[in-house]
Amino acid sequence: MTEKTVWPLFEVFIRSRQGLSHVHAGSLHAADAKMALENARDVFTRRGEGSSIWVVPSQTITASAPENKGELYDPADSKIYRHPTFYDVPDDVEFI
Amino acid sequence: MAAVAESARSMPNNNDLFETALRLGDSALILGQQLAGWNARGPTVELDIALQNQALDLVGQARLFLDFAGRIEGQGRDEDRLAYFRNADEFRNCLLVEQPNGDFAQTVLRQFFFSAYARALYAGMAAGSETDLAEIAAKAEREMAYHVRHTGEWVVRLGDGTEESHNRMEKALVALWPFVHELFMADEIDLRMISAGVLPPFDDVKADWLGSIQAVLERATLTVPEDDWMPSGGRAGRHGEGLSYIVSEMQSVARCDPEAQW
Repeated sequence: MTEKTVWPLFEVFIRSRQGLSHVHAGSLHAADAKMALENARDVFTRRGEGSSIWVVPSQTITASAPENKGELYDPADSKIYRHPTFYDVPDDVEFI
Repeated sequence: MAAVAESARSMPNNNDLFETALRLGDSALILGQQLAGWNARGPTVELDIALQNQALDLVGQARLFLDFAGRIEGQGRDEDRLAYFRNADEFRNCLLVEQPNGDFAQTVLRQFFFSAYARALYAGMAAGSETDLAEIAAKAEREMAYHVRHTGEWVVRLGDGTEESHNRMEKALVALWPFVHELFMADEIDLRMISAGVLPPFDDVKADWLGSIQAVLERATLTVPEDDWMPSGGRAGRHGEGLSYIVSEMQSVARCDPEAQW
């Protein structure tokens, strides 16, 4: 018996309804993208969750490093004026 | 075979409808039970789930057909009664579905052959004259179309894969080919159902089936074997020994407590 090869990992994104975004549903192993789509259909859409599936090889995803968390995200915490709720809306303004 | 004109159609008799529904239901039930044998034994977790999805589709189809059979028979037998309290020689499934699971190649090829057959048959039935059966067939056809696609891809992957996977697929092909002929042999009941417009002409089903099979086998670098031995009789209740083991395992829980409700 030769050494067992492990199929590459794919990330699965599923859109549940027209108009919504694809949301990460999980990951799975498959030999190629076509098999990944079939597997995703069988593993993640068994209860009518999906209307569209994307599969992406996990290795092609570039992720931010956890140790950079501080410099990347903390500065946004103090900038409350970036939220629309920071501003008072005059009573006369309609349709907002 | 030419399509039968509306006016020339004969009315189907209830016994024929009962037998036909049993044949359809039993083939789906036995194949579903066979696939369930792979539960937690699939080559990968993803394939394991895929096979069990197909098993559940088949059992779901079997329930609809057997429920219909019970109602047509009118003797108070429901789907469970028909599934769990008939003996192997009362089953009307085709011989193909009772062939052993074997290795993954054999299971996949059996599934591909049956799905392509059932899809073609159901497509014809969905336009048929018996409303209840046509509705069941229309629902089942969509499920079978996916099974054809899924298992067809696996036949290609294994057939056109490594030397070992190709050899295993070739072995499965030789083992299963004799049992495909029965699918297209119409007996008296079938002929009456065809002339009543309940079932499509078997020649049409075979042409459709052969089309799907040949395209996939070619991509899989496999050659259709010579026709040789052509066993039949499953749909009339003449089965191999293997079926009695499949049936007794399937029925063992229900027969422990025949009055149990679930």
